Order: sequence, then C-alpha cells, then structure tokens
Amino acid sequence: MEQIIDKYRGDSTAMIAILHDLNAAFRYLPREALEIVSDRLSVPLSYLYSAATFYRSFDLEPCGEHEIQVCLGTACHVRGSERILDALSRRLGIKPGETTADGKFTLKRVNCLGACALGPLVSIDQKHHGHLTIHQAERLLEAYKDEHD
Amino acid sequence: MSTLVEELACERVRPETDHRILVCGGIPCRSLGCRLVKEALEEELQKEGLTGRVPVEIIGCIGDCSLGPSLIVYPEGLVYQKLAPEDARAIVREHLVAGRIVEALLHRDPRSDEILRQREEMPFYREQARLVLRNCGVISAHIDDYLKYRGYAALALALAEMNPEQVIEEVKKSGLRGRGGGGFPTGRKWELVRTAHSDEKFVICNADEGDPGAFMDRNILEGDPHSVIEGIIIAAYAVGAARGYIYVRAEYPMAVHRCREAIAQARQKNFLGDNILETGFSFDLEIRTGAGAFVCGEETALISSLQGTRGDPKPKPPFPAQKGLWGKPTLINNVETVVNIPLIILHGSKRFAELGPEGNRGTKVFALAGKVNHTGLVEVPLGTTLRKIIFDIGGGIPNNKKFKAAQTGGPSGGCLGVESLDLPMDYDSLREAGSIIGSGGLIVMDEESCMVDLARFYLDFNQDESCGKCTPCRIGSKRMLELLQKITEGRGEEQDLEILEQLALLMKNGSLCALGRTAPNPLLSTLRLFRDEYLAHIKERRCPAGVCRSLVRPWINPELCKACGLCARVCPAEAINGEKGVPYEIDLEKCCDCLRCLKECPFNAISQGGISRAEAVD
Repeated sequence: MEQIIDKYRGDSTAMIAILHDLNAAFRYLPREALEIVSDRLSVPLSYLYSAATFYRSFDLEPCGEHEIQVCLGTACHVRGSERILDALSRRLGIKPGETTADGKFTLKRVNCLGACALGPLVSIDQKHHGHLTIHQAERLLEAYKDEHD
Repeated sequence: MSTLVEELACERVRPETDHRILVCGGIPCRSLGCRLVKEALEEELQKEGLTGRVPVEIIGCIGDCSLGPSLIVYPEGLVYQKLAPEDARAIVREHLVAGRIVEALLHRDPRSDEILRQREEMPFYREQARLVLRNCGVISAHIDDYLKYRGYAALALALAEMNPEQVIEEVKKSGLRGRGGGGFPTGRKWELVRTAHSDEKFVICNADEGDPGAFMDRNILEGDPHSVIEGIIIAAYAVGAARGYIYVRAEYPMAVHRCREAIAQARQKNFLGDNILETGFSFDLEIRTGAGAFVCGEETALISSLQGTRGDPKPKPPFPAQKGLWGKPTLINNVETVVNIPLIILHGSKRFAELGPEGNRGTKVFALAGKVNHTGLVEVPLGTTLRKIIFDIGGGIPNNKKFKAAQTGGPSGGCLGVESLDLPMDYDSLREAGSIIGSGGLIVMDEESCMVDLARFYLDFNQDESCGKCTPCRIGSKRMLELLQKITEGRGEEQDLEILEQLALLMKNGSLCALGRTAPNPLLSTLRLFRDEYLAHIKERRCPAGVCRSLVRPWINPELCKACGLCARVCPAEAINGEKGVPYEIDLEKCCDCLRCLKECPFNAISQGGISRAEAVD
C-alpha cells in the first residue's frame, strides 16, 4: 500500500496509475485503501470515487478468483458473442459484472480484446479461447471448474 | 520510377543470408499458442546443435490473422502457417538442416489451390500498400532492427537540415490528414500549435483505441514502436514541444511494455532526452495508460484523463492547440498519423502524395473483421474500393453467404450497403455516403446479420460509454436504446422510428462532444439503408436475419402439439418438459436457441418468435 503510493512520490496526476496498481494488488478498490490515498495525496475521497466509478478498469467489489471476460466487440458480436455471454451467465447463475457466491468466478463483458479474428472470444484468467460455440463455451467452463476444484 | 510502396518493400528485402525465424506475436497468434511454437523450435534447434545460430524471435503481427500461428523464415521469406508445436521438428530438420521446403505447412490459396510461399505472393498482401505497416511483421521491435531500415534517419534529416517551419510545410504539402477519425489536415494542426504563444507546449500521441473492432494502433505499437516514437519526436521539433506523452489503453499491456522498452532504447541512443543528436533540441516522452473509457479518445477528455481526473470532455473552443494539457498549447495526433511522418520527411511530400486522390493523400489501415475470410490489418491507398478490400484482399464472405453491409467508423460511423461496394474509400466519399472512415474499423456483415440489432449494439455501447455530463447524450442515448430494445424484442410501434429520428437529431446538434454528436450515426445509416428490416421487426414481429432473440426463440404452439416428446429428447439443454397428453413447453431460461426441436417436430408445432406472437395474442 505504502509502496504503491511512494512509487509515485505524491504526484496527484498519477492518481489513475495508483488506482491501477491498487486494483491489481487487492483485485478491487477497498474503501480503506482509497481513504489512505486520499489522505496521503491530499485529495478528497469523493474525487477518487469520481474517477474510480468513471473508468471501467476499476472494481468496487471484490473480484472472484477467476475472471471470465466475454468479448463484446463488434466482430465478436456479429458472430454471436451475446448468446455465449447469456449461456455462461445461466451456467454460473450470475449476471455479467457479478461474482459467484463462492467467490470463484467473476463474469465480465469487455468492449474489445483486439483479437477480432478469433471471435467469438472468451478470456479466462487472461487466456483467450476463440471461435467458440455456445456448447464449447459451456464445456470450457465446466472443464475449468473441474480443474480448479 | 517505382512507387514509394515498392521502394519500401525493396528496402525491406533482408540483406542477410543467415537463417532467422520471426514468429508472429499478434494477439490471435499469441492466443493460439505462438509461444509454444517458439519453445518447440528452440528445443529442436538445440537437438540439432543450432542453438544461437538461428535466432527465433516473437515479433509484432505479421498480418493475416486467419493463418495463425504463423512465422517467417529468413532469408527465403517463407511463411509457414497454422502451426502446432509438433511442426517445429519438420521446420528445423527439413527446412533448416536439409534445405527442403516443408510444403505441407505453406499456405494454399483456397480459390486456385496454388501454394503460396511468400507473403508478397498472397492475395491478402499483394494488393496492399503497406506504408504505415512497413515494418510490422518484417522486423522486431528492437531499435537495432529499426536502425537497419533507415530508422531515425528522418529525425536526423529534419534536425540537421530543416527548420521547424520547413518540416510543417512538408507535412502540409503531403496532404496528410489525421487518421484517428477527424481527418483534420495534420500540417495545419501543427501550424496552429507552432504559432500559439506559450512558454511550454506538449505533444500527445493518442493511442486510446476505443472502437471495438479496430486494432491497428495496438499492432503498430507492438510491432513497430520506434516508427511511432520517431514520428512524435519530429512533431515535437516542428511545434516546439519539450515534453510528450503516449496515451495508451490499459487493455493493451503488451503495447505498453514494448513502448516502454522502445523509449528506453531511444533514450540510450540519444534520440530522446537532452540535446538530441547534439543539435540543441531536447525532448522527452512518457507513457500514460487509460483505464477503459471510450470517451478518452476524444481530445479534451483525453487531456482530463492525462491530468489524473475523470475523463470528462470540455467544450471546444478553446481547442487543445490553443489551450490543452495544463492549459498549454498541445498537439494531439493519432498513432497511425505519426507513423506517416518519418516517411514524408525521408522520401518527400511529393512521393507521399502520389498515393490517393486529391484531398485524400496517402494510405489508410483498415481493421478488417467480421464475416470475412481473411481477418487482419489491411493497408490500401485512400480511394480504394470497398469491393477490392473485402473480396480481393479479404477473400470474400465465408460459407458462400451474401455480402449485406460493411460497417465503418465503429460506434461513430455508419453502414455501407451493396450499392457502395464500388465507392472509393476516402474521407469525403464516405461522408457523402453517410458513414465515416473513423479510425479504420471495417466490419463485414452477411445476410445473417441483423441491422436493427447492430444499431442496438452500438447504441448500447455509446450509452454505456456516455460520460453523463451533458443531457442530450446522457438521456438521449438512454431513450434511444430503450426504443431499439423494444423493437428488437418485437414490441415496437411504427411511430418509434419517427421518435428515434427526432432524438437522433437532438443528440447530433446538442451534445457537448463527438461521442454524443456521432452516437446516432449507426442508427441513422441503418435506418436509411435497411428501413424494411426495421419495419419487419415492428409490423411482422419478425427478424429477417434470425438474430434478435425474442423474435427467433422457439415456441411450441399448444394447439398443434401432439405431446410425442421428440423435441424433449433432442434438446441438448434439457429445456423442454411435458407429459403424455399435455402440450410440451420450453423453459426459455434453459433454452440455448439451437432450434433442433424446431427441425425435429413432425407436426410443425414449433415455430420461431413465438414469445412475442403469444404476447401479441394476449
């Protein structure tokens, strides 16, 4: 925590970089952490929250152990990615943006992963799985669950 | 005399005679395991005692993503494609040791069945004019490789022999326009910043590639970061800036990493820092990452974000050229724009202006994706027809489906239909046709794509990305999205189209920044070209392309169902329940829309779009 703030030597313009580092360290932005940043950089807490809620990269709730990203870029969309999102959402019993009750999986929709040739594309823990059908996506999830149980 | 494109291609024929393997490291190839291929190659090389004699490097994207994982073997320049780690053995033993080409791993043209050995023989590359992408997939991102191909020669030339005004004059004469979407003449923008009075000025390279379907900035930053850096330094010299930033999307960690390394290398060679090449000019460059907000591609929002706050846009004027970062004159250029600069300086504006029609000089990189055989970055002279890009270069539509439309310019752009296939793709022609070039996203759609759904998709995106500061955009996009949802769910009314058009006009005229002003474009262009499709959704509660879920989901007509149970047996999702004598029902929560039940039912009791029809009956 201290290390992250010290890295930027109290530079308030580095706020977004600090939030990035905190989000990576805690897998979300805990209120306590933001309070410390607010204190150290002498910026109001509301100012930090205004940025934290504005940018998609930051989470205000703890993320699950495994992050599932379904790419909803245009190329993936025209190849049916929304149905894959629906299928995964049904299988996990959560809506996009939510985390399963056991804290294992977070399901997210992302704008574009920049791998349009592979669409429809799902990324689990940063590993890309391309050209998926609904059934393959469901099987992928099951295999992942088994592997990490 | 050869063209600039030919000259650059000739320069890039490798002078060395030694073997060297460059593995494509574009995102699709990385996802498909290019690293494993590299490791397997290294292992085989070791077995043959060739370790260290044949370098294997992962570079930026080679180009045609449908061939991945792929690699190029030099000095022959052969492309081996669709590789698995097991193929490493053949490449090392056959090609490198025995000197026999492994034909099974070469690309075969699906149309002529001809074996294509080199990149230049493939239709995907043959028809391109790779100026901006001159180094992508040819060299590694390391400065030593870049220097072999006249890297930083343009910078040296500009600093030694030209004053800033001459540099600006040259860029103005080239006719280069901003490649990020606006299309504003680059030289004029530079002049505005040059002539603004201030003790301090800044240069920002906009690499916040937000169009969900464009990936050229990412590939350039990953594959050829030094061309970007060289272009930025020349721009800084021309406008008189001492500090600069590259603002990159946080979603592109590899691009950030490669740029950081490249900046460090450039600093070490004194292309960046104090007294560059002992000319008295000093300039330094830093990387700043975004945090996932589309609006930050807009200049004033980008500046807000760079200053460490929410990425809120500001009214213009004042323009960033007058009052930008920290209130100082600031030049903001897109990645693709700055990569053109070293070429213009080194080869002269006249050679550059040979490409493209009057007012639209140079090339444009398109990110070709969607329903097309060859996905990847395609660079062509401005003014090239859509037909040539999609059919000659992209290899046409998969599965013999019919071309329906191409979407250009992403969430701010519009659609081009069959009648626009022979339209020259340049800034002005596209604007006249109701779309824009934008940052170069080009999504191809076939007969199975629903244009109403596409409009809904983009509005959903824009509504989600609206920063909420101005009312027309915040509320307008929400209301429009609700109406489009209503239509795609089969609950639309004819008057909705009029309301949509009115709202679109309000948003266009009343929004604060370009996001809101252009957000209605996908809707307006699809409504103009495919009004019939909207009407089919509204009047007949039917989605002609079979995409909109509420209109295509299966429904068992209880009056026709004989309760034979066949549908329940073929359903892979176990979504159909029933018992003897009682009509079966589909649990839509579980249903995966495979429509197997529909095909199996012997009594034609199952049809699509039943939900909305059932509702309509109620």
